[in-house]
Amino acid sequence: MATDTTYQGSLPLGRQLHHIAMKLGLRPRTAVILVPYLWLMLFFVAPFLIVLKISFAQTIIAQPPYTPMFGPGSVPHEDLLLNYNRLFDDLLYINAYWSSLQLAFTSTVICLLIGYPMAYGIARCAPTTRALLLLAIILPFWTSFLIRVYAWMGILGKEGVLNNTLQALGIIDAPLNILYTPVAMYIGIVYTYLPFMILPLYANLEKMDLSLLEAAQDLGCRPWKAFCVITIPLSFPGIIAGSLLVFIPAVGEYVIPELLGGPNALMIGRVVYNEFAQNRDWPMSAAVAVAILLLLVIPIMLFQYFQNKAQEAPK
Amino acid sequence: MAAERAKAEASGQPWNDPDAVPYIRIENVTKKFGDFVAVNDVSLDIYRGELFALLGGSGCGKTTLLRMLAGFEQPTSGRIYIDGVDMADIPPYERPTNMMFQSYALFPHMSVEQNIAFGLKQDKVPAAEIKERVGNILDMVQMRQFAHRKPHQLSGGQRQRVALARSLVKEPKLLLLDEPLGALDKKLREATQFEIMNIQDRLGITFIVVTHDQEEAMTLASRIGVMNHGQIAQVGTPKEIYEYPNTKFVADFIGSVNLFEGQIVEDEPGHVVIACEETGRPIYIDHGISTAPGAYCWVAIRPEKMELLKTDPGSKSNCSPGIVKGVAYMGNLSIYLIRLDSGKEVKVTMSNQRRAAEHAIDWDDRVFVTWHANSPVALLS
Repeated sequence: MATDTTYQGSLPLGRQLHHIAMKLGLRPRTAVILVPYLWLMLFFVAPFLIVLKISFAQTIIAQPPYTPMFGPGSVPHEDLLLNYNRLFDDLLYINAYWSSLQLAFTSTVICLLIGYPMAYGIARCAPTTRALLLLAIILPFWTSFLIRVYAWMGILGKEGVLNNTLQALGIIDAPLNILYTPVAMYIGIVYTYLPFMILPLYANLEKMDLSLLEAAQDLGCRPWKAFCVITIPLSFPGIIAGSLLVFIPAVGEYVIPELLGGPNALMIGRVVYNEFAQNRDWPMSAAVAVAILLLLVIPIMLFQYFQNKAQEAPK
Repeated sequence: MAAERAKAEASGQPWNDPDAVPYIRIENVTKKFGDFVAVNDVSLDIYRGELFALLGGSGCGKTTLLRMLAGFEQPTSGRIYIDGVDMADIPPYERPTNMMFQSYALFPHMSVEQNIAFGLKQDKVPAAEIKERVGNILDMVQMRQFAHRKPHQLSGGQRQRVALARSLVKEPKLLLLDEPLGALDKKLREATQFEIMNIQDRLGITFIVVTHDQEEAMTLASRIGVMNHGQIAQVGTPKEIYEYPNTKFVADFIGSVNLFEGQIVEDEPGHVVIACEETGRPIYIDHGISTAPGAYCWVAIRPEKMELLKTDPGSKSNCSPGIVKGVAYMGNLSIYLIRLDSGKEVKVTMSNQRRAAEHAIDWDDRVFVTWHANSPVALLS
């Protein structure tokens, strides 16, 4: 044991870290888990607690523009949930939440309908073609998201590429009014989030054991039915993962409704921004943001809980 | 003729009956994957109620042949008939076959019961009947108490039994088994082998088993087809294959064997004499092989058909002196590695009939390897 410390300087990095962990009284396993925990604490839990704290405060004209909660000048106000109550009082918020959820849900379904066949096709390709197609899916990420949304403005506008082309081909007489409508918003969201649907679905479908389909056919099941009763149920985790990856960011999406949706598109992401930047009502903005989080996290946690329960062994 | 047929039937050897109609007929089947020929012009007749083993090393085409029977691959050329019906345009889901996959291919999201019922549901069998048949088969494979488990909650042996039950429950005309016992340990393997033979006896289903394990093939099969490089090297009962291999490959593949290279010096209907540098004294075989004297050939002698003597028996043939270079004591028998005077090494197994140590043959002893005149097999290829 003595030699361990004597030669510490020449030990590989892994062993050195091991020693450091041991000295701090941590078991190696705890030390490994500690890294992601620290990361989440620092960059998720701490900022969230700050936002949560602000959501209980009130606006004042100051720098920063809300009442401090602790220390000198903190006013313990009578109604801690004031901002949250306003969420229910004003129909604006409820409408914004509802239309955001609707938009996110519909976009997720469209992404799933387009993404599933694409992921399936890629997963069943020859390996060389597969790599190429996956690259094509990921390639748009190499361009800035904002630029790609602006490009859609150029495509969908009155004098845009789409209208010009259709008119040149004589398919339409007058330009289609797409930009600044919900349709443009759906196009933008589906386009942006489709890779997030395809990639987890692909990962799931690709590792599926194809002999299961052969077994199904061998037992008298037609290929289409085998797809329905074997492939789809087995890809369920991929469907869930992809849908969450599309749905969650789509609910809070700000840029796409702002740029493509026109002034009437009332989305919760916009409400957060407006409260924050235009009304300078940070506490209200924080309350709206916290409410989105609760709205999303609670159903997902419930879902996970029931899914885990369903997977447990029936005796 | 009738008497002959009755005899063939009584002995359970329809392949010796010229009038018997094969149940599965594979006619000049070839399968190519690109330039690679997986199965090369294979013709094979298999009879009703047989348990036929396709035996060969990896990549010999045995699994491809099985998959063509199941309908997962189409032959590049040639025809396959099952019960007189050409299978060319019949998809897997309409064939009268069921397959037990090497990986078992159990549906992970279904319970044991649902897995087994799957095939019956496809045929729209009434629910009550499904329940009864699944129950019966679960009893047969002794998995009733695990009916509601998912595959991942079962051990390898249990999964294998579920896979077997699933392929049996539809009572197919032909059951295809791909390395059915590959994943099992020795004890369970032996038990399952006898279980499969039992089921075959009781249900009279025709079985085709693919395996690379010659012991498995020998125990299970009524006949074995040894495959090599996409071709059938030899078809015969386990005994025929073991005692009378027709090529060097088969002799070497099945069991262990000592091979000597020699030249035929005397070829009479009653005997053959082969000059062999490796054994020193010539090899005398008490049955003819009808080929021209002077031809080169291989002589195969099984290790257990050889004997070790400590003194020279003085015979002019079938005897070769050497030195013991290794002894492996296996309990019931011992394996001796002998280096003959020519430098050739041979393996000899002798059963340990006596516990006696006084006759023991040990390392570096001078010994004489002898064998009976009917033990060697001369192989021309």
